[in-house]
Amino acid sequence: MNGQTDWWTLAVIAGLAGVTVLTRCFFFILDRPWSLPGWAERGLHYAPVAALAGVVAPEVVMQSGHLIATWQDARLFGAAAGALLYFWRRSVLLTILAGMGVYLPLHLSLGW
Amino acid sequence: MVKSGMSVVEALAMTFLVYAGSAQLAAIPLIVAGAPVWVILATAFCVNLRFVVFSLHMRPYLMHLPRARRIGYGFMVADLSYAVFTRRFPKVGATPAEHAEQESYLSGNCFCSWSSWCGCSVAGIALGNLIPAAWGLGFAGVLCLLGILCSLANTPLRLVAALLAGAAAVAAYALPLKLNVVAAIAIAVLAGFWLEQRVPPSWRRPA
Repeated sequence: MNGQTDWWTLAVIAGLAGVTVLTRCFFFILDRPWSLPGWAERGLHYAPVAALAGVVAPEVVMQSGHLIATWQDARLFGAAAGALLYFWRRSVLLTILAGMGVYLPLHLSLGW
Repeated sequence: MVKSGMSVVEALAMTFLVYAGSAQLAAIPLIVAGAPVWVILATAFCVNLRFVVFSLHMRPYLMHLPRARRIGYGFMVADLSYAVFTRRFPKVGATPAEHAEQESYLSGNCFCSWSSWCGCSVAGIALGNLIPAAWGLGFAGVLCLLGILCSLANTPLRLVAALLAGAAAVAAYALPLKLNVVAAIAIAVLAGFWLEQRVPPSWRRPA
């Protein structure tokens, strides 16, 4: 993988598109109504939020595979500001703006 | 994407075909590392599980349409379109006029989101090399996912599940092939099942 286009990657991308459409259409592809077994339905109460948390948390508190050892990391403050603003205002856009508003000055001027 | 070693063609194909930022964020390191295809697809499926929940909610709004159109909307309705649409129309349309109104709203909404997504991504791919990576603008993508995460954590139990999953994903980060995400989901779901029986019912309802 160094800037070359190869068929394997394009096939994987097509597969990813298929998986995305499948999950987005999951319950409305078939014409007749149907439901999941009870355990799967209960699992869907928690799995989506868990999956996102599993992707996001390492992006905020880890650096090249290790937990960061300092609190002087701009990502911590940016993420905290974003989350607080979300629970106050319920807007994803404001979350991004506030988070970046805290993150960029800390990151660029203090080098955190 | 280009920075992580993908070609421009691949990055463009990813943008236009895989209209799901969180799945891209999870899949790109796996693609670059040459992980097995089924691992990449299974990871994307897990990360996309929230759309399965959305699709159940959207089903009554779309069932009067032919299947091809439904799948078209399935491709287009991402987090933001879903949230805006269901807020604007809390009730499913009952008459053909209401169906038409809701469908037009949804199409317009999806079109705006998709074109701005593609426009911004193409600009990102083109400008990616002009803006120094040291500025850390990629953090905006993480914040976007964080916002979606907060919107999904709408009951006390789901918030607990999210915190547990985040901790588990960090603790299990050394696992190969992004299995830490799968481990995080498994732990959070099991904890959710276990806690469901032991906390007051109000914890299961939106605060």
